[in-house]
Amino acid sequence: MRWPSRAAEGVRAYRLIAGMWIRSTMTYRASFALTVCGNLVLTGLDFVAILLMFSQVDALGGWTLPEVALLYGLSVTAFGIAHLAFGSMASLGGRVRDGSFDTLLVRPAPVLAQVAADRFALRRLGRAVQGAGVLGWALVAVDVDWTVAKVLLLPVTLLCGAVIFGSLFVAGGAFQFLAQDAAEVQNAFTYGGTTLLQYPPSVFGRDLVRGVTFVLPLAFVNWVPAAHLLGRPYPLGLPDGAAFATPLVALVCAVPAGAVWRAGLRSYRSTGS
Amino acid sequence: MAEAFIELDRVEKVFEVRRRAGFLRRERRQVRAVDSLSFTVARGEMVGYIGPNGAGKSTTVKMLTGILTPSAGRLRVAGIDPSRERTRLAHRMGVVFGQRTTLWWDLPLIDSYRLMHRMYRIPDARYRENLDRLVELLGLGELLDVPVRQLSLGQRMRGDIAAALLHDPEVLYLDEPTIGLDVISRTRVRDFLRQVNAERATTVLLTTHDLQDIEQLCSRVMVIDHGRLVYDGALAGLHEVGESERTLVVDLERELPPIEAPAPARVVRVVGPRQWLAFPASESAAGLVARIAARYPLVDLSVREPDIEAVIAKMLHGTEGTPEPPPDRDASPVPESS
Repeated sequence: MRWPSRAAEGVRAYRLIAGMWIRSTMTYRASFALTVCGNLVLTGLDFVAILLMFSQVDALGGWTLPEVALLYGLSVTAFGIAHLAFGSMASLGGRVRDGSFDTLLVRPAPVLAQVAADRFALRRLGRAVQGAGVLGWALVAVDVDWTVAKVLLLPVTLLCGAVIFGSLFVAGGAFQFLAQDAAEVQNAFTYGGTTLLQYPPSVFGRDLVRGVTFVLPLAFVNWVPAAHLLGRPYPLGLPDGAAFATPLVALVCAVPAGAVWRAGLRSYRSTGS
Repeated sequence: MAEAFIELDRVEKVFEVRRRAGFLRRERRQVRAVDSLSFTVARGEMVGYIGPNGAGKSTTVKMLTGILTPSAGRLRVAGIDPSRERTRLAHRMGVVFGQRTTLWWDLPLIDSYRLMHRMYRIPDARYRENLDRLVELLGLGELLDVPVRQLSLGQRMRGDIAAALLHDPEVLYLDEPTIGLDVISRTRVRDFLRQVNAERATTVLLTTHDLQDIEQLCSRVMVIDHGRLVYDGALAGLHEVGESERTLVVDLERELPPIEAPAPARVVRVVGPRQWLAFPASESAAGLVARIAARYPLVDLSVREPDIEAVIAKMLHGTEGTPEPPPDRDASPVPESS
């Protein structure tokens, strides 16, 4: 099958399976409502921590509160979208361990879509909503000379950020074919990454910023585009227009993640473990 | 011979098992789960696929369904290479994993079927027709609106079998379909499978530990051991090769010396008024019972089928004296006096 039609098949299967999980969750409405509230409070605490810091200082690494809120909003919203769509990749190891992964392989739908939609949890939307709330406030509060290009950059940045985090979830899932208890390794990069990005690059060491830019290009989720929006110098003196390279960076993440996934699946199908 | 629907030609599956041999050192060992396996199954055949645990049964089924890629050899199902065209084949096959439901635990049974309808793109009219037929044959009418988690094991198994057949698969793989079911559910499932096979010419490959499943359903049995096919033929032939024996348990009115049974039947155990007689599985029990009833005061009796493992073990390892009479666990005709 050509890949556009495979992708369409995947999206279709994803929607079908996710729909079933949403209806399953809704059989326990009270529990659902409670976990949504719990999630909102928990993820909101991250931002409360930032607010507490700013009650003592006026700037963090030279960035003001609305500017840090912009970083926070971009990072948490992009992560929230990716987490909603691909967060279930983390439970792949369990399915491989208990053998129920095989039942996905006998269905006429792409396996990646089935794994990503497995145990789809609408409650994860809470994180994206909370991030979007902070982002909304930040956009009102920051001092930006808005141009058409800058306005367009915002949704593109969110989408590409979600793709970058999504690639991490997929690659992490593929790694669980080899090590079935490796979900924590994946969490270190995904949850760890989004927390890191909530703070300006200037508070971190140069080597860390280099790694997050060139090795695992998380910097393009928010640091680089935010620097462009705010008219600040790019971290590491990246060239002009670096913010507009974000889609390219997202592609550079997604393609290897897809390849790693296929390699993992191939290895599973030849070893059965 | 009819058209070959499933074809295996010298199929192999080799796993590499890594074992920790020291702090960092690891030993690699190759395990040949399936070893140069060749057979064909014609369209519409119903075949029992049996063997001891770890013999390679489930590895074979996983290769047939496209879950695993063979290490060597040629494998075709309906002309399709399962490992290369997994999704295309998925539309044409149904799989029931006996101990693992594919139904949606928290949702009413009908919701799982609606998902199959859409995921397999079953045309509406055909879906409705198949659903009605399956619901009727498997007695699912009152269960459709019940959440799957509230179904009994037998009900769930029937539900799973219906789910595997909604899209009119040409081949059905059943892994232990009657395990853990009560007698009524078991009979119902067997009757249904026979009917599906007869009406739709669905090819069925059945792995089971229940010899009665095979006896009542399959005209052909394949036995696999250590990844190789060691027997392929009729069930009766398996009994001959394995020289398996059935057991007649009779309860007499009072304690008597061992019954003088016509050879080759013989008494193998006596406990109070109850006696166990072994006789070849290939012979009818009726004649034996009639002869005993004519001479002895008979209160009750039951016939026990040979255990599938025992038959295979005997076939694989040759006859090693008389088998132990089976422990007294099932189908007690009278209460034990203890």
